[in-house]
This record gives sequence, C-alpha cells and structure tokens, in this order.
Amino acid sequence: MASRIQFGWTITVHILFASLSIGLAPFLVYVTVQEVRTGDQRYARLREFWTKVFGVGFVMGTVTGIPMGFMFGTNFGSFSTTVGELLGGPLSFEVKMAFFLEAVSLGVLLFGRERVSDRFYVLSSVLVGVGAWLSAFWVLVVNSWMQTPRGYEIVTEGGTSVARLTDPVAAFFNPRFPWMYVHMQNASIIAVTLLVAGVAAYFVRTNRESDAWRTALRLAVVVLLVTSAFQAVHGDAYGRHVADTQPHKFAAMEAHYETGQADLHLVAIPTDPEAITDPRAENLYTISIPHAASFLASGGDPTTEVTGLDDFEFESPPVAIVFWSFRLMVGLGFWFIALGAWGTYRYWRGDLAEADRYLQVLTASAPLGFVALLTGWYVTEIGRQPWLVQGVLRTAEGVSPSLTSTEATLTLLGFVVGYLGLLAAFLLVCKGFVDEERDRCGVGDRDDTDGTTDGRPREVTADD
Amino acid sequence: MTESLSATEPALAATSAYLVESLPELWFGLVVATFGVYLLLDGFDFGVGVLFAEADETDRRQFLAAFGPLWKANEVWLVLFGTVLFAGFPAAYAAILGRYYLAVFALLLALGLRGLGSKFRGERDDERWVRFWDRCFVVGSAAAPFLLGAFAASWALGEPSVIAVVPLLAGAATVALVTALGAAFLCVKLESPIRDRLVRRGRAATAGYVALGTVTLVASVIRYPALRSEIQSVPMGGLCIGTIACAGIAVAAATGNRYRWFAVATAGLAVAFAAFIGVLLYPAIDPATGTTIADAVAAPLSLNLTTGFAVVFLPLIGSYFVVLYSLFDDPASDSGQYQHG
Repeated sequence: MASRIQFGWTITVHILFASLSIGLAPFLVYVTVQEVRTGDQRYARLREFWTKVFGVGFVMGTVTGIPMGFMFGTNFGSFSTTVGELLGGPLSFEVKMAFFLEAVSLGVLLFGRERVSDRFYVLSSVLVGVGAWLSAFWVLVVNSWMQTPRGYEIVTEGGTSVARLTDPVAAFFNPRFPWMYVHMQNASIIAVTLLVAGVAAYFVRTNRESDAWRTALRLAVVVLLVTSAFQAVHGDAYGRHVADTQPHKFAAMEAHYETGQADLHLVAIPTDPEAITDPRAENLYTISIPHAASFLASGGDPTTEVTGLDDFEFESPPVAIVFWSFRLMVGLGFWFIALGAWGTYRYWRGDLAEADRYLQVLTASAPLGFVALLTGWYVTEIGRQPWLVQGVLRTAEGVSPSLTSTEATLTLLGFVVGYLGLLAAFLLVCKGFVDEERDRCGVGDRDDTDGTTDGRPREVTADD
Repeated sequence: MTESLSATEPALAATSAYLVESLPELWFGLVVATFGVYLLLDGFDFGVGVLFAEADETDRRQFLAAFGPLWKANEVWLVLFGTVLFAGFPAAYAAILGRYYLAVFALLLALGLRGLGSKFRGERDDERWVRFWDRCFVVGSAAAPFLLGAFAASWALGEPSVIAVVPLLAGAATVALVTALGAAFLCVKLESPIRDRLVRRGRAATAGYVALGTVTLVASVIRYPALRSEIQSVPMGGLCIGTIACAGIAVAAATGNRYRWFAVATAGLAVAFAAFIGVLLYPAIDPATGTTIADAVAAPLSLNLTTGFAVVFLPLIGSYFVVLYSLFDDPASDSGQYQHG
C-alpha cells in the first residue's frame, strides 16, 4: 500500500509541473515569435517573466520526474517484469525523442538570448515545446495502454507470465490513446491559461496601463473560452468511450451500483456524512436527469442498461474518490467556461481591464485549472482499480516482491516531506518573481512599450 | 529467475529473430555506454559542486555560469541509462532497482538537492536562503557520485548491499574521479586566477582516484575470491594500464596548463571506470542472481523496435550536445549569464 500511495503522491506533484511545461510551451512560443516578429517590448517582457517560471518549473518537473521512471523498477518490480517489454520501449523513446530535446533547447532558451540569432532562438522555443509535447505523447501511450491494452500476447517465460509485444502500432495507438492525449493536453493548456489569466489580472489591477499584461489578459480569456468549451464537448464523447471500454469506471463515476438504466447526477449534495465516503443514490440529494447516463453511455439511447458496480466479477474501485473527483472536475470545467465567456464579453464590450470584480475572481481562480486536472487524473487512474493494467494485471500483483514495508514506508515519508518542501520552495520562488514584476509595474507608472495610451482604457485588436 | 524461451513456444522463437544475432550483446554494450556517458558528463557537474564548497562568492557565480546551461541535459543521460536497461532487460531492471532500493532513492534525493540547490540559490536575494541552497548543492553533488559509484560496484560484483567495504571504497573513488573531472571542466571554462588552485585540486583528485581505485581492486580480490580470475583477467589489466596512463596525462597536462588535454584525460578515466563495470558484469546482467544477458533480454520484436529508435535518435542526441557545448563554448563569466537560470 505504501508503494501505491507513494506513486500516487509523487505523480500528483510531478503532473503539476509536467502540465505546466505542456501548457506554457505554446504560450512561450507565441510570445517569442511575436517578440521577434514585431520587436514589441510587451512580448519580450512576457517572455522574460514566463521563461523564468518555465525554467524553475522544468527543474521541478525533472527532479520529480526522474524518480517516477525508477519507481517502476524499485516499487513495481513485478509490473516491470510482466509488461516491461511493452512499456520499457515507449519510455526509452520518450527520453531519446523528447527529454533530451527539451533539456538541450531549454539551455538555449534560458541562457542563449544574447548568443544566438533570433531565428535560432525562436527555434529553441519551438523545440522546447515539441519536446514537452512528445514527452507527454509517450507517457500517455504507456498510460493509455494500461487502460485499454492491445497488440500483445501473454506468454509463459520460465514460469512467469509476461506480456509480449505482437503489434507495436496496435499497442501504441490503442483505443484510449487519442482520447487521453487530446483531453490531457487541452487540460494542461486550460490550467496554464487560467494561471496566466490570474497573474495577468493581478498585474492589471496593480497597473491598469500595463500594456504587456493587458495583452496577456486578453489573450488568456479568449483562449480560456475556446479551450474549455472544447474540453466539455470532447469530454462528453470521451465519457462514452470510457463507458464502452471500462464500464466499471463509468459506473464508479456515477456511483451506479445496480445494473439498469442510469441517471446522470448534475448536482450531488451529501445528505448524510456517510455519503462522503460512500456515495449512493440513497444518501445524496441530487439533481439528476433520469436515464441521462444511459443516454450518454450509449450515445443517444436513454433505455440502455448500464452495468452496475455490484455486477462486475472483480471488486469496485474506491467509488467515493472517483465519484467526487469526477463531480469536482466537471463542475470546475463549467466554471471555466463561464469565466471565459464573461471575460470575452467584457473584452468585446471594451472594458476588460476595468472589470474589477471579474479580475479578482480570475486571480482567485488561477490555481483551479490544476485542481481540475488532478481530479481528472484521479478519475482515470483510481477508476481503473483494482487493475494496474486493465484485465491483465492487478495492482496488488504488480508490487516488487522483495520490497519490505519498512523500506517503502521510509521512502514514502521522505517523498511526502520532501515534495511538500519543494512545493513550498517553488511557490516562494514564484512569489519572488511576482513581487519583482509588481515593483516593475508600479502603480500608475506606465511600463515601457509602444505607449499610445491616453489614460483611458484602450482596446486594441488582440495581439495583431 | 527467468530462462530463455521455454520449450512450449518454439513457434514464437522461430517466427521472429533479432535484427543481428549479437543484438542482446550490443544492448548490453549500450547499457554500459550510457552509464559511462552519464558518469562523464554529469561527473563534470558533480565536480563543480564538490569544488563549490571551498569557493568564494565570485568563484561560485562563475562556477554556476559555466554549469548552468549544461547540467540538465547531462542529467538526462541517467534517465536514458535507466530506460535503456528497462527496455533491453526488463526483468533485470526490476531486480536490480528493487535490490538497491534505498540507495537508488538516496541517489535521486542527492540529484534533487543538487538540481534545486543550483537553481534556487539565485532566485532570491536573501543570505540565509542562498546559504541553505548552497549547502544542498554541495551535499547533493558529493553524495550523488558516491552513491552512483557504490551502486555500480555492488551491481557489478553481485554484492546485495551497497553498505559493504568494496562498494563504499568504490563510492569514495568515484567522488575523487568527479572532483578531477570538475576541476578540468572549470579550467577549460573559466579564465581567472582560480585556475591555479583548480589545477592543484585536480592533480590531487586524480592521484586520489588512482590510489582509491587500487585499494578498491585489491579489496575486491580479497573479499570476492570467486571473482579473482575475472578481476585478474586481461581486459581488466588493460583497463588498469589505461587508467594509469590517463591519470599520468591528466597530471602532466594540468601542470603544463594544457586544459583541454587535462579534460580529455580525465574523461578517459571516467570511460575506463564504466568499462570496468562492463567487464565485471559480462556475460551477466545481474551477477547477484546469476541472470545473464541471454536470460533477461527483451523479446526480438520489442528489442528490434527500440533498436530502430536508438539508431535514429542517438546520433541526433549526439548532435544536440555538439550544438549545446559549442554554443556555450567560450569562457563563462559571472556577469549576466546566470541571471535567469
């Protein structure tokens, strides 16, 4: 159990920084391209600020990511032995194709502005992004294979069953992979967009005339609306796919115990403290659409039977975590759409920078994208339980046989304390960046740039 | 322990074969080679961290300016080593990492301290903050090579724990090795009066490495009588001679202010260290259990596929490093360069 908590905890921290890189990379490419193309100081300023954040985030991602790779061997030895031939390959491709590219290009991006030509500098920012996205590609190949394994056969090797690769294309592009990749990459963009929006809103409130941050704010609210609306539409279709391929996960998402037509709970409020740990229709006050879950699962037929958790041959995943995580994720998703729509409307009206309450709300919502991303990840991974690899290997069978619980507990403790310290240090450093930038903004003191402001809020068309 | 294909699946063995017959051996070579490249490149960085301990603030800034753009890319070689071992020899990967569980995590912790220390110290203007992260940087940079050396020796000798005489000696030797590497690296990268001190440290560390290495080998012969013939074999002898030759060149080059030769010769020491590990391991991949390369190697289709990727991407990775190192080739200065690190 210690091994599982350890893996869950370390990946929770790691995924924050991984998605920071994934989501921030396109934004950095955009501002770097604009900086080089237009020579506009606004973009140079945004690039400088966010590259600093990206640099620290990348180191955090590396420091927290390296243990993940080794943990397959140290803590999940049986897992590595059983499926290593399938998963070792993609993980080594990740390093060869993506990780080196990202680390080398980042060296140029952080230290090379004065040393290389504009074109090379833009290229390095693009390559950092390509590295981050390719990295996610291979990691999600591995993860989606664990959800919907394909392209393998089980053979017995010296008395041990191992999965042997038979069709790499089927294994790597398994049915789940495209769903997961799109959903995860877009979630990362949403999370970072909210972060950028929240930070920009804070600086705009400090100094209404900051051209750089007004640009960032406008960009962020529009991107937020588009990406979060897309996520909702795509997520709906993704849910249908999950219902087809992992019905037990779908049932857990809706806490659906008995086979039959299933309702969709739009809002669920516990009426009994027990509902928090054991959500069931009986102890929840729900606003539900009757048969809507059947409708969703089948893609249009409200009378479809959805298999209940009681009717699977294996035990249920921890329903409470999956159920509540899913509610939180979806709820936050709709909140993001609302935020994006509200901001875009104010932008369209031309008084976005004056919308004080909205800017405050935006700043307060800055970390919520990461919350949604984590809860979504929990639905995916915890909803897969008791399987480590769906239908192939149970989690309990994947742990290293030689590992003593003392050792595992010791390192778990180390990771909990260490990573909390890391997060604190990271936040402190970022606070330093923000303070420094705020001093640069200075109230009422206009920042450099193209300055044609006349003291009145001025709308320019978004970023050329 | 696994065996190669059991008699029940002759069909599978017949339907697919390795691209070349010796592919498993080539992968073994790749595992050892990635370990060697990692030890060499990150050895420069560890050495910088060890020498950082006695540097003053101006020197420290210069050290970090030299090291800043490179270390992250260097560290990726450790991950590559891990995944190459995983992809090529999944069962051995699990067994080895599981056995040295605490040592592996201690190594990861040390690497974390090193990375964060160097990154965070410059991010806040606060004396206590800087001191704290400096200490993390030095401790991490010294502990990581120690654990790496101890781990490698335990693995190669089949010793079930890193807390044993020979692995601990090997760890100490590795610290001396990286100190020499770091001194040579800084001599190439910096143009300043501290070069004289770096040369003295580098020479002492090289001599220390040869001395500790000799003690380690002698202790191995005494502690592992079963391995005596392997330790006294011809390839091992060749590597000993090569090591002593490199050490001699390193000391002479350092004394004669020929810093690039100093760096090349210390690099030779690191390559020879990895070769020692490879020779001791072969033909096993995990001597502690007696698992051989043939026992643990991945099935043909998987291995052929990863080989394809390796053939395409390893040269590309090599070219990244050529670009990166030549881009940051000129002597580092403390001004401006480390501002956004």
